[in-house]
Amino acid sequence: MPAKRHAASTTSASTASTPATLSSGPATLKTNASAAQIAQHVWQQYLTTTPQRTMLLDAFMAFLVLIGGLQFLYCVLAGNYPFNAFLSGFCAAVGQFVLTASLRMQTSDDSRAVTSKPSSKGKNARFADEDVEEEGPGISHERAFADYIFGSLILHFFCINFIN
Amino acid sequence: MAESSIDVLLKGSSGRTTRGLLRIIILLTIAAAAVASRLFSVIRFESIIHEFDPWFNFRATKYLVENGFYSFWDWFDDRTWHPLGRVTGGTLYPGLMVTSGVIYHILRFLTIPVDIRNICVLLAPAFSGLTALAMYLLTCEMSSSPSAGLLAAAFMGITPGYISRSVAGSYDNEAIAIFLLVFTFFLWIKAVKNGSIMWGALTALFYGYMVSAWGGYVFITNLIPLHVFVLICMGRYSTRVYISYTTWYALGTLGSMQIPFVGFLPIRNSDHMSALGVFGLIQLVAFAEFIRGYLPGKQFQKLLTSMVLLVFGLGFGGLVLLSISGVIAPWSGRFYSLWDTGYAKIHIPIIASVSEHQPTAWPAFFFDLNFLIWLFPAGVFICFQKLKDEHVFVIIYAVLSSYFAGVMVRLMLTLTPIVCVAAALALSAILDNFLVLSKPDPEAVAKASAEDSKSFRSSRSPIVGIYSYFSKTVVTCSMSLYLLMFVAHCTWVTSNAYSSPSVVLASKMPDGSQFIIDDYREAYYWLRQNTPDNAKIMSWWDYGYQIGGMADRPTLVDNNTWNNTHIATVGKAMSSREEVSYPILRQHDVDYVLVVFGGLLGYSGDDLNKFLWMVRIAEGIWPDEISERDYFTARGEYRVDEEATPTMKNSLMYKMSYYNYNSLFPAGQAVDRVRGVKLPAESPQLNTLEEAFTSENWIIRIYKVKDLDNLGRDHSNAVAFDKGLKRKRATKKKGPRVLRTE
Repeated sequence: MPAKRHAASTTSASTASTPATLSSGPATLKTNASAAQIAQHVWQQYLTTTPQRTMLLDAFMAFLVLIGGLQFLYCVLAGNYPFNAFLSGFCAAVGQFVLTASLRMQTSDDSRAVTSKPSSKGKNARFADEDVEEEGPGISHERAFADYIFGSLILHFFCINFIN
Repeated sequence: MAESSIDVLLKGSSGRTTRGLLRIIILLTIAAAAVASRLFSVIRFESIIHEFDPWFNFRATKYLVENGFYSFWDWFDDRTWHPLGRVTGGTLYPGLMVTSGVIYHILRFLTIPVDIRNICVLLAPAFSGLTALAMYLLTCEMSSSPSAGLLAAAFMGITPGYISRSVAGSYDNEAIAIFLLVFTFFLWIKAVKNGSIMWGALTALFYGYMVSAWGGYVFITNLIPLHVFVLICMGRYSTRVYISYTTWYALGTLGSMQIPFVGFLPIRNSDHMSALGVFGLIQLVAFAEFIRGYLPGKQFQKLLTSMVLLVFGLGFGGLVLLSISGVIAPWSGRFYSLWDTGYAKIHIPIIASVSEHQPTAWPAFFFDLNFLIWLFPAGVFICFQKLKDEHVFVIIYAVLSSYFAGVMVRLMLTLTPIVCVAAALALSAILDNFLVLSKPDPEAVAKASAEDSKSFRSSRSPIVGIYSYFSKTVVTCSMSLYLLMFVAHCTWVTSNAYSSPSVVLASKMPDGSQFIIDDYREAYYWLRQNTPDNAKIMSWWDYGYQIGGMADRPTLVDNNTWNNTHIATVGKAMSSREEVSYPILRQHDVDYVLVVFGGLLGYSGDDLNKFLWMVRIAEGIWPDEISERDYFTARGEYRVDEEATPTMKNSLMYKMSYYNYNSLFPAGQAVDRVRGVKLPAESPQLNTLEEAFTSENWIIRIYKVKDLDNLGRDHSNAVAFDKGLKRKRATKKKGPRVLRTE
């Protein structure tokens, strides 16, 4: 997921001073290399702790960022003549990104809690702890996914209606 | 025996169902009361559309029902704003018309043929019943007390602040918009509480409906982001907030752009930028939270705040830059007038001229909300005590809408829901404390005091509570008394102040019987019957919608005040001398001019009282031709009697109002009852217009614009010639054509 990684590195680069002090003991300011190290560290941790299903969502989100960025670039460079079409395309990308992020938050909250055993959860594993989910105060994965479908349907209905 | 059976009903599981049933019955009764109290006007007068704007909505609805949805969407109306026309389909909020159209077709499908007019008249009361239910749901989210929701629903149902815009016949956008406003807020609170995409999407859907129904949707567009922003600033960011807000924004913005009238505004207009900014902010916050999961350390908070500040600064700078460079439309004039109450009067007289855009006078608050207005701060205080996410919302809403309601009379409407919520919270807290609390067990008290005696006196916690029946009775009775007075006040205000259709006027005869003054409809019907189908009527813009709806004739300007210049043209024609006005009238193909004159009846809302606004609006466009000062006497008075200025006396409006008026009175005793002055003994002389129709009580006067003179003389010469001739031969009939044949 290049976009995600890129975003991570830019933010840490812009504020390199603070995280540099906290991740690796010495209080002196580090150079860019250390910011890259931090990014590397975050990236490694991300790879090890994230379940595969969530990574799939992340890949989709990165793809959407890419799509949105491309459309925006086109709009800036080549003009925004079919403005309706640009808007609905861009909004579709942004909206889907946001919905996917919401889905990710709803489904990965508990997986973050069980990161102590970061085995990649397959489909079967999900069905296994579905009962546990429903007892908790949160939203079950099935409910979250159904909501996601519902939101996406509305989103794409609006987009198609708006595209002219 | 009776007591035990009641106990069976009220306790345990059957008690729960009984209470649920009771609650449903109470809610239905409240909804019925809300509908019923809005029917005064139908019973007193008849099933008729009120006021001005509803007439346009009614006309548009008829067009929608007759021609179908797609031609309504593409409707170009060439019968208004002559000669410009109006792209009506693209410049209105279609929600109201589509709603009643759908209801009409559903009823037809159920083989209940109801006239579309009756649907339009009764739509507002029906939706106010729904508003009461939505209010119940919203308030139940705020409080665990069972009484708060019911109280809020009852308040919302009958409070005059809302009734003022939703009596039967008041077929205006607000009729459904307030229901949508309350319901959208309910869904939003639900979404924030649950953090589910579904509630967020539902919020967005109802927000889209709201956008299609009322321009006041901007209030929601700014209130929800503000709520989220305050939550983030309070350090209450959570995934629930992220999910509900981003879902709402992404879907709601797209939804709002589906309405042609709104179009690209949500991304171009500054009014909507706060929502976009908070959307970006919440993305960053969420990303920061995400990174935080991987980066240990407490300094992260510092990183977070610095990042937020940086981005906020960048965003604000970018917004300012874009606004200056003109990519984003500047704030609309109505918006400026919200912050600077003097703004409109200086820059946009047409906004200031509308009475509902004036600042609110303070008695109006008590008049519209009665005792809710002093319970309101108490309710807000209770919200501060609990201060969960939804209470923050109530507080923000209360602060914002109190300010706005103080600025514009019309925005009292947005204040009313939150006042009902807060007042219901306060009142239910009072009632719960005074009714439910039972006396503590004496043994427990004794034990507690025994334990207390061992410890220090200062560390004892005395048992606090209201246990005496006397205080309970006093407070409960006084509260019930206030509630009863509230109901009486609401009924009185509704029946006296808000139930007049203003198309039909009512007055009392000396013996107390009702006397209906129906001049408006008389005149409009005259126009419909006696003028050609495409005769252009010029009047001040207030009457444009009514002429279009009732007389079905093209008008020059109407209440959709989108073209200030065109209105100023009409203002100039009305306020200039005949020699100046006549070419304007000819250029605009005007056939008839309509003025409203209340001098005979003492009807104060007539054109002469609005005349200064016509002058001001015309002066805004032609400052060197029209000057407001010329219409005041040397001492700065606005006079219409002998001492009126020559400019005033020569203006078309003055002449049309008082033409032939003195013929009603004995010589030299003509009196204008609105302004309470004696008029000049001689009638003003009209050269270019001739009187066509005057209604029974002289409220409406219609003049026909004369054609060009056949002999090429100007009109004043022609009239003088006719008069000279008439003096010699009194037996001859008047009129130039008769003369010409000789």
